[in-house]
Amino acid sequence: MAVFRLNFNTLLTLSWRNLWRNYRRTGIMLGAIAIGVWAMIFMTALMRGMVDDMLNQGIRNLPGHIQIQHPDFLDDPNVVNSIAEPSGELLLVLKQSGTKRWATRIKVAAVIASERETRGINLLGIEPDAEADISGLPALISEGRFLETNQDKGIVIGAKLAERLETRLGKRVVVMSQDPDNNLSERGFRIVGIYRAKMPGLEEFNVYTARDTLQQLLHIEGRVSQIILVDEDYREIEPLYEKISQATPPGLDTRTWYQIDSYLAAMFNMMDGFVLVWVVIIFLALSFGLVNTLVMAIFERIREIGLIQALGMRPALIVYQILLESLLLLLIGLAIGNSLAVATVKPLESGLDISIVAEGMAMMGVSSMLYPNLTLYDMVLANSVVIILGILTSILPAWRAASLDPVRALNTN
Amino acid sequence: MSAIHCHQLCKTFKQGDEIITGLDHVDLTIETGEFVCLSGPSGSGKTTLLNAIGGLDTPDSGEIHMGDIRIDQLERGALADMRLRHIGFVFQAYNLIPVLSAQENVEFVMQVQGVSAQERARKAREILQEVGLEGMEDRRPAQLSGGQQQRVAVARAIVSHPDLVLADEPTANLDSVASAHLMGLFASLNEHHRITFVISTHDKRVMGYARRLIGMRDGKIISDETQ
Ligand SMILES: Nc1ncnc2c1ncn2[C@@H]1O[C@H](COP(=O)(O)OP(=O)(O)OP(=O)(O)O)[C@@H](O)[C@H]1O
Ligand SMILES: [Mg+2]
Repeated sequence: MAVFRLNFNTLLTLSWRNLWRNYRRTGIMLGAIAIGVWAMIFMTALMRGMVDDMLNQGIRNLPGHIQIQHPDFLDDPNVVNSIAEPSGELLLVLKQSGTKRWATRIKVAAVIASERETRGINLLGIEPDAEADISGLPALISEGRFLETNQDKGIVIGAKLAERLETRLGKRVVVMSQDPDNNLSERGFRIVGIYRAKMPGLEEFNVYTARDTLQQLLHIEGRVSQIILVDEDYREIEPLYEKISQATPPGLDTRTWYQIDSYLAAMFNMMDGFVLVWVVIIFLALSFGLVNTLVMAIFERIREIGLIQALGMRPALIVYQILLESLLLLLIGLAIGNSLAVATVKPLESGLDISIVAEGMAMMGVSSMLYPNLTLYDMVLANSVVIILGILTSILPAWRAASLDPVRALNTN
Repeated sequence: MSAIHCHQLCKTFKQGDEIITGLDHVDLTIETGEFVCLSGPSGSGKTTLLNAIGGLDTPDSGEIHMGDIRIDQLERGALADMRLRHIGFVFQAYNLIPVLSAQENVEFVMQVQGVSAQERARKAREILQEVGLEGMEDRRPAQLSGGQQQRVAVARAIVSHPDLVLADEPTANLDSVASAHLMGLFASLNEHHRITFVISTHDKRVMGYARRLIGMRDGKIISDETQ
């Protein structure tokens, strides 16, 4: 390596000038690398955006990044499996933890009846002012209003359910459920709002009331089903989770979104693998061009390689020279490709309307706006793959050039 | 680094089914500071012999000693180092690196040797002036005539005062004035720096400078006269 450092300038001069000897070929190869890298980064950003959207959607349906509940609640969402509203140390930690938002909610099975129809539903008692951050529901109201306070007496149902019940905004419905003593409790509500969910399935089942109103109905004052926490970024909730689980009284169950939903967790974990596979596939396509370019470039100057060998340049230095040439080519191509990718992704970060193709994907929880997500990690990954694999694929042609017989090389025409 | 000693050198080339003799049992000793001319008809083995002495090509059999070192047994890297440190080459054709200017070509060997940039530039300019190429330092080989290119190659071969200069028809592309000048330069380097010269040539005037004239034919040495 000392020899290499000593001769670096020589190698750099030779590599740089040789690179521009055949403008056309170098230009075509640079274009190919640039487009390849652009495709790696651009498509990855779209993919990330899409998966991000799916994960966010999924987490909103859980909802929350972290849930605290009775240990049996997830298996048996019965009103019996309720917990006390947070107090003492847990309340203190919740207030100081830096979590973006937290709220309590009640979730029970219930029956809703209009004048014409009756259906089984999932009845939720929520704190309305936290809901924008937790489920995003307020934004989905298509008619009427959202619940306003914890004591709101209204009810919000999905458009699909309204259709099934043959009812509409402003009409009254009766909701029936069981209190912890197995007594039937029922109450009339006026429909104050109708929402449209991104996943139509939910519209039929999730019905929202204010928390305190539901507590009264079920005779469980001071008790809730879950405490929901939302942090700034669903990817980085470990520290919050640590703090919260330490402060949670024994007998309660604290879980993260990825512990609750293994499908979402798998999607999240597989994403990095997908990106790597995608990047490597594009690189493989590029590598043919790269090897071809190098082989051509070497073939064209066999005599010269013979000459510099004859003059006393060690074979290893000839390998370095050709690798350096390949590296320069890759670096310029990467610079163009990265700029291109940033230039095309940035303007799209405010949202790309894919409603034309999104209809069929709505079932999977994809919304009609796609927000490409350009991450440093993916850019570093794409660039590293191109450089490392690029150099590796260049080793063979370089080594073959270095093992040419100088006399024969000098006498080539 | 001193005397060259070749013992029973043989080299054949295969061309299709035909086996061509390059060198046929050549015995030759050249002392340090000698000024030797190789002459002989085309195909007689002059280039093959120079390549063998210069460690560019390994003989099929026989031995080549340079001082205490048996160079026909060195590995590629060591051979490259030996060429770099001790031998100046002028090849019969295709001598220059096309992407480098005349001065850079002259500096190339020094650069690989690790000579400082300042010293390289100074020596290269001096020697280019010496071979009559002042003002052409920045031209690329393609912008120089055949003779000028040959002089750049000569400048590169002698610039770092190697122990041995192997020149294959160095005057082939030069007019008589230029070749006389070049041979004068060789003779003076030989005299003042005790650089050993082995020059192959068809040119009678070049042979006139030689103190030892070796004649070759069919890969054999057929005459060896000291003048
Ligand atoms: N690489 C090779 N492949 C096949 N034959 C070769 C090769 N190199 C040299 N020869 C043959 O070996 C013989 C000696 O060649 P060499 O180049 O040494 O001759 P030379 O004396 O230098 O001739 P010239 O004056 O034309 O340069 C010739 O017959 C030549 O054709
Ligand atoms: Mg010859």
